[in-house]
Amino acid sequence: MKNILKISYSIIFLLVGTLTVNAAEKVDLLKTDWSFKGLFGKFDRGALQRGYQVYSEVCAGCHSMKYVSYRNLFEPGGPEFTEEQAKAIAASFEVTDGPNNDGEMFVRPAKLSDKFVMPFENVKAAQAANGGAYPPDMSVLAKARSGGVDYIYSVLLGYEDPPSGVTLDEGVYYNKYMYGNKIKMSQPLMDDAVEYSDGTKATEEQMAKDVTTFLMWAAEPHLESRHKMGFKAILYLIILTILVYFSMKKIWSRIESEV
Amino acid sequence: MSDHEYVPSSKFGKWFNDRLPLLSLASHLTDYPTPKNLNYWWTFGGILTFCLITQIVTGLTLAMHYIAHADMAFESVEHIMRDVNYGWLIRYIHANGASMFFLAVYIHIFRSLFYGSYKSPREIIWIIGIIIYLLMMAAAFMGYVLPWGQMSFWGATVITNLFSAIPLVGEGIVNWLWGGYSVDNPTLTRFFTLHYLIPFLILGLVVLHIWALHVPGNNNPVGIDVKKPSKDTVPFHPYIVIKDGFALLMFMIVFAFFVFYSPNILGHADNYIEANPMVTPAHIVPEWYLLPFYAILRSVPDKLMGVVAMLSAILILAALPWLDTSKIRSAVFRPLYKQFYWILVVDVLVLGYVGAMPAEGLYLLIARVATAYYFIHFLIILPVLGFKEKTIPLPLSITEPVLGGMPMASAVKKKESLN
Repeated sequence: MKNILKISYSIIFLLVGTLTVNAAEKVDLLKTDWSFKGLFGKFDRGALQRGYQVYSEVCAGCHSMKYVSYRNLFEPGGPEFTEEQAKAIAASFEVTDGPNNDGEMFVRPAKLSDKFVMPFENVKAAQAANGGAYPPDMSVLAKARSGGVDYIYSVLLGYEDPPSGVTLDEGVYYNKYMYGNKIKMSQPLMDDAVEYSDGTKATEEQMAKDVTTFLMWAAEPHLESRHKMGFKAILYLIILTILVYFSMKKIWSRIESEV
Repeated sequence: MSDHEYVPSSKFGKWFNDRLPLLSLASHLTDYPTPKNLNYWWTFGGILTFCLITQIVTGLTLAMHYIAHADMAFESVEHIMRDVNYGWLIRYIHANGASMFFLAVYIHIFRSLFYGSYKSPREIIWIIGIIIYLLMMAAAFMGYVLPWGQMSFWGATVITNLFSAIPLVGEGIVNWLWGGYSVDNPTLTRFFTLHYLIPFLILGLVVLHIWALHVPGNNNPVGIDVKKPSKDTVPFHPYIVIKDGFALLMFMIVFAFFVFYSPNILGHADNYIEANPMVTPAHIVPEWYLLPFYAILRSVPDKLMGVVAMLSAILILAALPWLDTSKIRSAVFRPLYKQFYWILVVDVLVLGYVGAMPAEGLYLLIARVATAYYFIHFLIILPVLGFKEKTIPLPLSITEPVLGGMPMASAVKKKESLN
């Protein structure tokens, strides 16, 4: 009997071992330091503002961000532009509103309460303009890919010439980190693709990091208050747990001394 | 039950209690004699009650802002996450709360398996528990559909399609469940309705579960009957209340870590992509707590048989009080059962792991072996073990192992090393 048990234990451990090795055969994503990770993680305000600039100048031509509002741009925990800056950003876009009292639709400048204006009317229009591929909405993109921000950062920097033997169709590019290595988006970031107003040098890595930070904020606009509240909540729970532990010891000591 | 003699001290209390014995009930609950040797594995009943109430309260709040419509569900969840005050907190508590609920229920079930709590005279408690567990799975599955992400949609498609395996009427049943010819808005609205209903059914069953528990009283780590009330028992309040409270707080710290620091780690990234009937995800996987059953389902090549195997894997548990032929409850006194118990734990973990992997090659082979072993454990090992196993003699009372620095535990260890 003992032997059977021993054998079955070793089989299980062998299997678990093999599975772990198999699971490790994956491309390692590029890593960078994200200021928003960890117990006290916060967004880097400068990175968010620069990230918005990259988004609006490079990405927003194709990628919508339909769940984010212009007012979010000046709310605490985000890029924290001034209200005037956010208003000016909003006003540079046009939205169709209406109908007015004459029953007519009309075009007006966007307001703080509007959602980010979409580059295309609908998914079909976006597909038609992009060779059949739909540029995904970026509102929650940082949470919608396994690997999250590391994955997005890696894809942005993962463009390279296809290895020999890989042939690509017209309008398809090779990317080391993309699922299946084929991507219909041409390399979006080249050095100095944007000119940062705060004087930061716009290297490829810098822009990738900034825009990814911005995407993380867009996906989790309350991340900072979540971290802050989490620290307080857990600290409170730990203190309360310790107090309850000693109360418990005290109460149970009545029984233990009695017997 | 000793509470029959309870007489309220105030005149009004007596008047009220004669008409509705709520005070007697409260007195029964506080005085309820509980074995004094319960360990921390017994605190998960209280933790589960907390989980259920948390899910109901956060769920009600979410339902005030959620829109059950295929075109608006995803957007309304984003509205909750962004614009509703503390909506992100409520949603993350609810989403992670489901995982915490299952974590606790699995510990609760495996505690019962280890200490034989399902055995006579507690079979009804156990069977009600299995029904609660089934309802939990239904509620969790339908809740996962509500955000209307890719995994919601495709998970719903895969699971509802299982009913098509039923001969002759299968297709009809699936169309009836869907309210159409594919998972769509009618499916979403009925899932929302049922997701709202089931927790209250669970609540009712929990009351029965506890009621049935209060008839024979708690099992305990030694697994022998205790006289109550006696030196072996303590009143529920304050002894068990404070202990459960302490364990609950520890549990809440773990819970809080998930909610505040890794709220999405237990979910699938694809569920942040809005449902798209035209695009199938590369791998459709259920939430982690359903993975062992998903592995069993996929390990059988035939669809109908796969569904039968999956359902049997759960329903077999209801027959457990009769499949386990041993009269000894606690695994502490069953050296062989203890070994097989841990193999079963590993087996279920392995099933969970391969359930998350693609059903091919080595993974499929492992899933099949693990599935076979799961059924062998319940259908062959347990019935035979009851007759073959040499058990360790039971102590006369639980005070014996409790007193004098646990002499029983050391005796048990000695016996094991002799083998």
